[in-house]
Amino acid sequence: MSNASARSSFAAGFLRTFIAPAVILAILYQAIVAAFGKNDYYMYVLTLSCMNVILATSLNLINGFTGQFSLGHAGFMAVGAYLAGSLTKFTHWPFVPALVVGAIGASLAGVLVGLPTLRLRGDYLAIATLGFGEIIRMLIIASDQIGLKFLEGPRGVMGITKYTSFGWAYLLAGISVWVLTNFIWSTHGRACVSVREDEVAAEAMGVNTTRYKVMAFCIGAGFAGLAGGLHAHFLQLLHPSSYDFLKSVDYLVMVVVGGMGSLTGCAVAAVFLTVFNEVLRRALELRMLIYAICLVIIMLTRPQGLLGGKEISLGAFKYLVPSYGRSRAGSGERGLT
Amino acid sequence: MALLEIEDLAINFGGLKAVSGFSMSLEKGDLRGLIGPNGAGKTTVFNMLTGVYRPDAGRVLLNGKDIIGLKPHQITALGMSRTFQNIRLFKGLSVLDNVRIALNLTASCGVVESVFRFPKYYSEEKRITDKAEELLDLFKLGDRKNALASSLPYGEQRRLEIARALATSPKVLLLDEPAAGMNPQESQELMGLIEWINKEFDLTILLIEHHMEVVMGVCRRIQVLDYGVTIADGAPDQIKRDPKVIEAYLGEEVRDA
Repeated sequence: MSNASARSSFAAGFLRTFIAPAVILAILYQAIVAAFGKNDYYMYVLTLSCMNVILATSLNLINGFTGQFSLGHAGFMAVGAYLAGSLTKFTHWPFVPALVVGAIGASLAGVLVGLPTLRLRGDYLAIATLGFGEIIRMLIIASDQIGLKFLEGPRGVMGITKYTSFGWAYLLAGISVWVLTNFIWSTHGRACVSVREDEVAAEAMGVNTTRYKVMAFCIGAGFAGLAGGLHAHFLQLLHPSSYDFLKSVDYLVMVVVGGMGSLTGCAVAAVFLTVFNEVLRRALELRMLIYAICLVIIMLTRPQGLLGGKEISLGAFKYLVPSYGRSRAGSGERGLT
Repeated sequence: MALLEIEDLAINFGGLKAVSGFSMSLEKGDLRGLIGPNGAGKTTVFNMLTGVYRPDAGRVLLNGKDIIGLKPHQITALGMSRTFQNIRLFKGLSVLDNVRIALNLTASCGVVESVFRFPKYYSEEKRITDKAEELLDLFKLGDRKNALASSLPYGEQRRLEIARALATSPKVLLLDEPAAGMNPQESQELMGLIEWINKEFDLTILLIEHHMEVVMGVCRRIQVLDYGVTIADGAPDQIKRDPKVIEAYLGEEVRDA
């Protein structure tokens, strides 16, 4: 394949993951401002949405694409948050290197979880990863006893500098989705999906299933750690209760609602559920009830999730970008699910 | 030196001797049949050869290399591929992706190259896709490449499974009851296909089959298993007349007093 078409496909990828969602978000934001007036709170919700997009898409790599049922995503997020947060607060590191170290730390934790749980499947794996998430949280709560006094145990660390802006969150969400998309639409991504489809057959066809399961955990956990770092510098607070089991369930819900094995689906679901959750705050005590009922209705009407295994494509925009349709066909990016 | 040398393979499942003393030697280009009544241990032999089960005793040499204890994907990479008795396609994926996944072990682009879309990624994707399409065309599945594997009719699913196994570029191909559930006409076609693969790809094939006309038709030599023990080994005509084989399939002859 020539370099020219490689470049245009690269540009198309950039357009897909950065510009198109930005345009959609900008229009949404303007519509909300026009209807309700300007408010910092809207920016807060949008920033939170971006972080949830990172968490939902990375969890989808593990759960939806590789078929490894993980309930420990908040645990990986906590590793990233505490690492990045401590680095900027106690050692005065700049924001970006701290985020990177947080992500790397979380991805190492992902490998740690991936290796011993390789023999587990389905519900057994879910329970093991749930246990892992709780162990991380308990270690933080017990930090006084294990010689990490500066983590303040159950009291939490306050006064983290607010580095996370909407711009940072959006940029990193875009990068995450872009990296995950490129990973999934490659031979390595297909190998991960084959593990989900039939592990025995995948192994017999020469796919090193162990390697790909650990890889999925490593990459997925890394992005969860990145989102954790963003989260810590957004709330300006590190607290173990921010990373409990229910958080993992929240992200799982985003993946299931958006569609197991659909990156765009769970990204849309992440934004939608975050905003919806905030809108429901007006309903006070009834909030969680309405939220739960809506989830039940969605699952009854779309059990495969909003998008099932399909992806939203920029098909409608392809006439605006002459090279788009061609390059996509040429690079072999067809639906994988 | 034989391509696949199996010596005294044995495995027990909790006191049950599933297979014992199984030996076989396959030369390049052989087309060997493995038959026996239900539960004789034929699929168990396949599972031991491909690393799904670890045998309790015995040796398996593939191209002179001992493969006991290797993982299934390592054995596949060394050149032994298989199909399954109960078809195991990646059902939710397209026909093309089924074959492309089997080409994963030939891919030379790393994760970083793939994620950051280096030129190598594009050349590898193109090579893999072209190779997969070429195989699908050979198996007359080219026009179904975007269909879901589960949507194919039964016979085509069997063909796709063979195409997928061939994508790993095996030297030895193990076919586990490829004609199961096929009507006479389909099994006729399958016989032609197996003979054609044997010649076209210069491939060594070991075939488990219940359809006697298929095995007798294509295999030049047949080995018979009963209760995990080899009871006969020879040319199809010899096997047909072997009293032990007839006994295993039909029961002992009753002698009139």
